[in-house]
Amino acid sequence: MSESLMLRIKRVPTVVSNFQKEEAEEGARRSGGCGRNCLQKCCIQGAKLPLFAFKKLNKIVSEKEVLGNENNEPPVAFLDSLLLGEWEDRMQRGLFRYDVTACETKVIPGEYGFIAQLNEGRHLKKRPTEFRVDEVLQPFDVNKFNFTKVGQEEVLFQFESSEDGDVQFFPSAPIDVDNSPSVVAINVSPIEYGHVLLIPRILECLPQRIDRESFLLALYMAIEAGNPWFRLGYNSLGAFATINHLHFQAYYLAVQFPIEKAPTKKITTLDSGVKIYELVNYPVRGLLFEGGNTVQDLSNTVSDACISLQDNNIPYNVLISDCGKRIFLLPQCYAEKQALGEVSPELLDTQVNPAVWEISGHMVLKRKKDYEEASEENAWRLLAEVSLSEARFEEVKALIFEAISCRDKGSENDAQDLLEDANANNSLEEVDAINKGSHCAMVSGNQECLVRQ
Amino acid sequence: MDSYLALIEQSFNTSYSIWAREALDELPECFTITDPCISGHPIIFASSAFLKMSGYSKDEVIGRNGRIFQGPETNRRSVMEIREAIREERALQISLLNYRKDGTPFWMLFHISPVFAKEDGRVIHFVAVQVPILSRQRLNGLSLSEEGSGFKEIVFGSCRREVCSMDMCRVSALDSDSRGLNTEEPCEASEAEKRRAASAINNILSVLTQYSESTGKLVCGKRCSSPGATLISSSLNISLGRIKQSFVLTDPHLPDMPIVYASDAFLKLTGYARDEVLGRNCRFLSGVETDSSVLEKIRESIQAEQACTVRILNYRKNKSTFWNLLHISPVRNATGKIAYYVGVQIEEGFQSQESHGLNPEMRQLSCVGAVRVAVRSTSIGAGSSKS
Repeated sequence: MSESLMLRIKRVPTVVSNFQKEEAEEGARRSGGCGRNCLQKCCIQGAKLPLFAFKKLNKIVSEKEVLGNENNEPPVAFLDSLLLGEWEDRMQRGLFRYDVTACETKVIPGEYGFIAQLNEGRHLKKRPTEFRVDEVLQPFDVNKFNFTKVGQEEVLFQFESSEDGDVQFFPSAPIDVDNSPSVVAINVSPIEYGHVLLIPRILECLPQRIDRESFLLALYMAIEAGNPWFRLGYNSLGAFATINHLHFQAYYLAVQFPIEKAPTKKITTLDSGVKIYELVNYPVRGLLFEGGNTVQDLSNTVSDACISLQDNNIPYNVLISDCGKRIFLLPQCYAEKQALGEVSPELLDTQVNPAVWEISGHMVLKRKKDYEEASEENAWRLLAEVSLSEARFEEVKALIFEAISCRDKGSENDAQDLLEDANANNSLEEVDAINKGSHCAMVSGNQECLVRQ
Repeated sequence: MDSYLALIEQSFNTSYSIWAREALDELPECFTITDPCISGHPIIFASSAFLKMSGYSKDEVIGRNGRIFQGPETNRRSVMEIREAIREERALQISLLNYRKDGTPFWMLFHISPVFAKEDGRVIHFVAVQVPILSRQRLNGLSLSEEGSGFKEIVFGSCRREVCSMDMCRVSALDSDSRGLNTEEPCEASEAEKRRAASAINNILSVLTQYSESTGKLVCGKRCSSPGATLISSSLNISLGRIKQSFVLTDPHLPDMPIVYASDAFLKLTGYARDEVLGRNCRFLSGVETDSSVLEKIRESIQAEQACTVRILNYRKNKSTFWNLLHISPVRNATGKIAYYVGVQIEEGFQSQESHGLNPEMRQLSCVGAVRVAVRSTSIGAGSSKS
């Protein structure tokens, strides 16, 4: 969409740091030593934080090899322990704006089990600010809030790859200003317990855009945590990221997300072993990536897909689930619709901004009425607005496959062939069924097993 | 290691008696029985048919979790569905790709069903039946004989050494291309196979029910009564079983705030057996020389619904004492209200091997965090039993 008209929406940004101020206040504050113990030049000299060095796995570890002693349930992994411990510590120190565990939450009865939470404290009763939603790539703006401005107490630890290949932990390591570390910080308005922000190479002040290295870092975090209930998410600009400083989010919720239950249709397997599926019978159209001969293969494929979306100005969200084994990529257009006035006022009133967690099926509602009346139908209706249309999704898919297949090693097929072959494998019946529209019934035949209890 | 295996044997014998094993082995089906209340949710029984099919020996399977039979091509979503069914304490029938000991994959219809204690309705075991799916052969349009003979030629044409060291890539290139691998195509079980699985479950349950009569710990295939007030669901048990620190969960809504969960590490620290602590208030850990003002502080904090950390003198079962750096905190469930209190114990001066470089205080906090996640999530389900 190339319009000379700039698209904007107004929303109240979520406060993720106690040091995040409104833009008006930002302007007023001048430079100089801030005395806030932040991460900028004024305070960072001599600062120390715990440092977790993760092991760079190459191979996807088989279930048999998964570390476990004779008891064979892998104990809570080290990263998991560290993150939970540090988070609990900050909770007890009162750094969060509210106790998220005191927020009522439930699974909405229905086939998919959408999760609704009543959280009145998350959203401020403040003036909404304007966000530009028609540019997925925007340059970093030092005048706006960014994560170098957070207080050091909000940072839990540095997260880097290990030099010698083994997991290492340093309870108090100096921050290497010249070689910017990646860090994990708390989100002071948590959606769930353990809600953190992963900020790659924080001091480099990268704008919110995915690159191969950063995505790989996020994937390693999911793998290292070894907890299927610890998921990472990413929102591009235009897909409800509020801060234009590269970051991923993560938190714990020990129930399945609806998106994880959605049936999928296999599109293809790349030479690198990465398997690509399309979501079927889910309100938001999207892709699922799994497998890969190495972790890098999976990571690079998804990164390349994201980069192609960025370069084509298509907002999107990413969910890393199942300890990094399954990655969902969801292009969306809700913000655009909102800016063009195409969203019903009813939906707008809920003030749900469908970012990665909402799209995955976890809805945070600020009004009691919405929480009490939450239903699978309502959730579905909202998310259906977020989805690209079928036709648009096909275009976007083609774009993605173009980008991926260029890099797929030794692949003779070009993007078109990959898609065509995939369709040829399915029976005509299925192709018709898929084309019939977003609410297609369960498709039978030779495809992903759809056995449900 | 020994004590873990002893726990497993006990889990089976206490409920069904040692004679049940023979009766179960007379059944022709492949199945396992698991105990969700033992840390790791391990297999406590595997039928001889199962061992034969999977290629493992009894010792390689007993005490291990079912995930060891999964592999790279196992559908992740199906694994999640199974995890959910276990969490929600309900039966599930699903096709799944498993791997034998020699690494060969095979499709089977997996049917899991909970076993309830008749008396209080809680889940004490799960029975899992595996029916191999033979109905579908997929080769994506390539005829079996064509590929087969081509492959055989190479094998016979090379000397044994060449075959063994042959690059796996070349071998798989002889197969249909990567998109057509058998293992990737999902496998729907036939109606006959589904019926077979269901009737196997019934047969197994009736043997278990029958033998449970002899031990007095009656079981049944359906929940007969609502879960007792003093107990926590098996899914919360499973979640808490991953946490290796010493801790207990107490229920403030029950009279005298009894312990409703105690970790293995707690039992090890204090020297008590699980049935000696469940249902009792923590005060049995205090003794003559325990400072009563500390006890008062704990009482006050609980009254105020606040967390507290104290240093208290505690007594083990054998009457020896230890200084306990005890942290107590209220834990809320999905309703947002306080459901339990967690008490995490650190034995002062004790060097834990599993320290991981985290100091004891941080480990204590991480235990609290893990408990919070477990309790909140367990109670969130629409149809789940009491957390």
